[in-house]
Amino acid sequence: MKAAPFDYVRPATVEAACARLAADADAVIIAGGQTLVPMMAMRLARPSCLVDIARLAELQGIRDDGDAIVIGAATRQVTAAESATVAAKAPLLAAALPFVGHAATRTRGTVGGSVANADPAAEIALVLTTLRGSIMLREPAGSRRVAADAFFVGPMVTAATQGSCVTAIHFPVWQTGRIGVGFEEISARRSDFALVAAAAQVALDASGRCTACALGIGGACAVPCRVDSAGEALVGSVMSDKEIIDAARAGADALDIMSSPHASDAYRRRAAATLGARALTRARDQAARHGLPA
Amino acid sequence: MSAPFKFVSTNRRVREDRRFVVGRGNYVADIRRDGTLHVAIVPSAHPAARIVAIDAAAALAMPGVHDVVTGAELAAAVEAMMNGLDTPQVRRYSLAVGQTRYSGEWVAAVAADSRAIAEDAAEQIEVAYQPLPHVIDVEQALAPSSPLVHPAHGTNVLLDKSFVWGEVDRHFAQAPRQLSFRVTWGRNSTVPIETFGVLAAWDPWHEMLDVWASIQMPKYAEQIARALRLPANAVRVHYDVDVGGSYGVKRGIKHTVLVGYLARKLGRPVRLIEDRLDNMRSGDAHGPERIFDVAVAFDDAGIVKSMKMRALDNVGAYAGRAPFQLGKPIGAIVGPYRIESVQYRALSVMTNKAAQEAVRGFGQSPTNYAIETAIDRVAAALGLDRLEVRRRNFIRREEFPYLIPSGTRYDSGDYHTVVDKVLAHADWPALERERDRLRATGMLAGIGIAACLEPSGGNSSFEPLLNEKNTTTTWMDSCRIMIDGLGHVTVTIHTTSSGQGHETLAATVVGEVLEIDPDRIRVVRPDSLASLPSNSPVGSRMAVMLGGAAFHAAGKLRRKLIAIAAHRLGVAADALSYAGGAIADRAGQRLEWADLVTIAHRNFHLMPPGFEPGLEVTHVEQVPTGHALPTPDGRVQMYPCHSFEFHLVLVAIDPELGRTELRRYLIGHDCGTVINPHIVKGMTLGGIAHGIGAALMEEFVYSEDGQMMSQSFMDYLLPSAHEVPKVEIVHHCTPSPFTVLGQKGSGESGYLGAPAAVSSAINDAVSPLGIVFDKLPIRLTAISDAVAAARDRNRDR
Amino acid sequence: MKVELQVNGTRRVLDVEPRMTLVDCLREKLDLNGVHTGCEHGICGACTVLIDGEPARACLMFAVQADGYAITTVESLAPAPGELSVIQDAFCETHGTQCGFCTPGMLLVAHALLKRNPEPTRADIVEAISGNICRCTGYGQIVEAIALAARRLAGSNLGTEGG
Repeated sequence: MKAAPFDYVRPATVEAACARLAADADAVIIAGGQTLVPMMAMRLARPSCLVDIARLAELQGIRDDGDAIVIGAATRQVTAAESATVAAKAPLLAAALPFVGHAATRTRGTVGGSVANADPAAEIALVLTTLRGSIMLREPAGSRRVAADAFFVGPMVTAATQGSCVTAIHFPVWQTGRIGVGFEEISARRSDFALVAAAAQVALDASGRCTACALGIGGACAVPCRVDSAGEALVGSVMSDKEIIDAARAGADALDIMSSPHASDAYRRRAAATLGARALTRARDQAARHGLPA
Repeated sequence: MSAPFKFVSTNRRVREDRRFVVGRGNYVADIRRDGTLHVAIVPSAHPAARIVAIDAAAALAMPGVHDVVTGAELAAAVEAMMNGLDTPQVRRYSLAVGQTRYSGEWVAAVAADSRAIAEDAAEQIEVAYQPLPHVIDVEQALAPSSPLVHPAHGTNVLLDKSFVWGEVDRHFAQAPRQLSFRVTWGRNSTVPIETFGVLAAWDPWHEMLDVWASIQMPKYAEQIARALRLPANAVRVHYDVDVGGSYGVKRGIKHTVLVGYLARKLGRPVRLIEDRLDNMRSGDAHGPERIFDVAVAFDDAGIVKSMKMRALDNVGAYAGRAPFQLGKPIGAIVGPYRIESVQYRALSVMTNKAAQEAVRGFGQSPTNYAIETAIDRVAAALGLDRLEVRRRNFIRREEFPYLIPSGTRYDSGDYHTVVDKVLAHADWPALERERDRLRATGMLAGIGIAACLEPSGGNSSFEPLLNEKNTTTTWMDSCRIMIDGLGHVTVTIHTTSSGQGHETLAATVVGEVLEIDPDRIRVVRPDSLASLPSNSPVGSRMAVMLGGAAFHAAGKLRRKLIAIAAHRLGVAADALSYAGGAIADRAGQRLEWADLVTIAHRNFHLMPPGFEPGLEVTHVEQVPTGHALPTPDGRVQMYPCHSFEFHLVLVAIDPELGRTELRRYLIGHDCGTVINPHIVKGMTLGGIAHGIGAALMEEFVYSEDGQMMSQSFMDYLLPSAHEVPKVEIVHHCTPSPFTVLGQKGSGESGYLGAPAAVSSAINDAVSPLGIVFDKLPIRLTAISDAVAAARDRNRDR
Repeated sequence: MKVELQVNGTRRVLDVEPRMTLVDCLREKLDLNGVHTGCEHGICGACTVLIDGEPARACLMFAVQADGYAITTVESLAPAPGELSVIQDAFCETHGTQCGFCTPGMLLVAHALLKRNPEPTRADIVEAISGNICRCTGYGQIVEAIALAARRLAGSNLGTEGG
């Protein structure tokens, strides 16, 4: 399984990288390579040129912008996983990262690479969608910010045009309330791609009433899917077990399931309801423990 | 010789480990020869198609490409691969000839300066196919209207042989009860992490073909020679190549014939290392794919009197060793039970799938799955405890050697004691309470049980049993020992290493007999021309056969040393005592090891008359009990020894998600005398991991249009450390009366019972919902779907 | 293309095709046969090396991407010819290897784990090796080896450098 021949360049700036992409329709970005390289080894991907952006300083780093945590696209997944800023301000991402691939792929794989790959089962994309995050995209015409909902168009398909480069990912920060998160996943083996995943973030007020709630389901549909109905149903409630289960089930029932050979549609819907409820429960319980001794 | 031993059964380090922990294994891909050309394969995209034309012009024009060979060229130059059955119209070559018979089958091969260039060139080869009708399902392949995989053979049936041992019809007619069922063993394999690879170099001046391969194959050199039309002593296989795991499957004849042919044609060393895609879809190393239809006749106490079994195996597009995997289990066809009569029908049927190869256990694990399911079903039908039913049916300790209906005598065993030991260690009531506690939390939980035998010692008696024209009764192994002029001991063994610690085994046994520290004994593997006959570590045979050969060779050497001393000291040999390599008489006269070595190597005038100088011995060991051809009614002693294992598994299942966790895993294991405990433990734990994979996640899935869907490790799932629980091993030892140290084999241990045990556990967990799983693997999605459907049914009532 | 790799502490300047993976480069250009290919698509872990001290799959990188990185292979673990590191010796003590094919990857993962976490629980060890597939041992004796190595390193004054 040797890749077909290609050229390799490591431009010094993002601008130069985009120029190279614009000049060659078959050129492709490589950052971590953890999903691209196996595709090339199997000759399913045959770029004419790899444009390596992994070391561009412009694309590194984790920044607290107040209303969002901004992660440079070429930031390694392990860096985000070990970041105190991410743990404090984007706890849902911190909860999801241990599920991304294996430790050995997280040392090389990047946050932006996962997002740009847009696997329907990908954990980072699910978190981004759940939090209504956005993607900074550098295109030949200039830079623009694309909401996650608009970015993930289909399985492995994004709104990024040929010649564009993801430069940063914005994970919104919830400012008020006692915040808790939950991330659940079911896969054939512990570290496999998810058959179905659920991401939940919850804010409770001082009396334990829910002031904000976001639930997302990954792996079940063509793209990661935020279950707005569940969020709406639970805001204002005390998030009892029954309310959570009902909200998750109603949300799962409304999903537009994408068929795949690995699991029946019924399985995915059932798992979405189950995992959604568990993620919400975990988030509620974590939020409720806020301010209490660990 | 028996316990207590000085070296046997002690926890000595396995000496092979040392080279592996420093990364100095000698794998085939590590071997470099100047001028080597690399091979890549052009695979067929169709499950069945006529090859209309192959255009390699563009490929041949590429820089660095040296040759393209097709099936037409190869078939004219080599013999078809051997087929142990009498089916001459089922011909097999390394490359498809005229027609392809499974998706992925090798159609052409490119030899180039690098693997990357060879793959570039392979893509440029244009093959025109005319698709033909294909058949994937084995029951459809039996239908008269089915497409034929080998039209000249006239049918898809490779083998259809029935045996009746005992009064089956009468027992069924008279039995108070009977039940029947079907279980299916999905197509999987042991899939080593190192793929198969081979390097061959032809020297025209020496007229020698040197071969280095990741090989575990009896009679490999002979088969290569035969196919390439070379004298067998013109093929030199290098046994000092380390094999990165095999577990039966690395037979590599088609790879080696191709590479050997190219090496001779091109005058350059040629190398083919399968990549993972080559390996999965067309390495021809898939394992059994079998449908068992079983009926048992029993009474109200759960005593099983008779069994009928039809084993229908989807062998793929070519014969290989696979049909014999229906024969070997005949040697333990009743498992550990006193079933009095058996009717067995072995059906080996071809379809347009990849060919099978010998897999760990050679068909025993699927058969054990069927037998254990039968026992569980009998217990369920009667409302009896599954353990109790087994106890009532077990062969009893005092009944050994025990003759089973198909003609094999089980050598020894004490099944009741092993079970008692495991239950005591497990604290059976606590296990049941834990299961109940899990159930009370809303989980599904079950306890799985499997009791089965590991026939060991190897033999090829299934060959004459399934093919009367095959009269093979020899299945030897060998050992040579030399004490050199300075008194150091070197032992040679005659097969490759694939991780079972045979160097350690041989040194331990020789050390035990000669009473010298095994760590001072060097073990080497000469090439095939310098070797004595061997048949490879198959059939869980090496502890018995290499152990036996080493033991007897060391015994010969010890007797020679004593004879030399007797002559030197002027006393009878039986008046001498041998201790730690020194020999003394009752009067206190003594000869040390160094003295004896000097006499043998330098003082011929002091040697006994008629003795050869020096201290070298060889021994070629035949299989104990393996001397006869089958009887006309198909009875034969299959293997000499029978290890026993008893599995106990506690499983917890998330009813919504289907996620299955093995919460506790115990195995009682009796392989007679253990030569090296580390090695046996490793075999057992590794076998269980293989079995867990087969039970829960491993399968080569084919689509209806004949495409193999599980082409990579993204789809063919191997258990990681998360999926294999900590296993508690409980030992017992009933030595074999037929082996030199009482040892039995353990190369297949764990694998032979784990799939049955895990299946049993899952079925125990889901039976309250009225669900039965009768097919392996049992995936979590299937469990979840079945539970949801059962709950819907129960709600609707 | 020219690429400069820091391999086991030595600077190596090589000329490689861009499409040559790091694992093929280490094996074929530098004769470091201890790193193995098992799948070439990043799942089995037989190709594991350390890059800047952390486990990475050498089949999932092209050599040209690794310019300037510090790469550690199994060949660097033994303290001297004929000697074994504490971790290597522990694998021999518990028989944590059979065919040896996954072993270099397991050793490097163990090395990185014990450097980061000198007192790993069984669960920590299982998680650390879960990205490396073994078909021989069933993992039991590998886990025992790493636990034994941790105890021995803790009781020695070598620190984790001696592992």
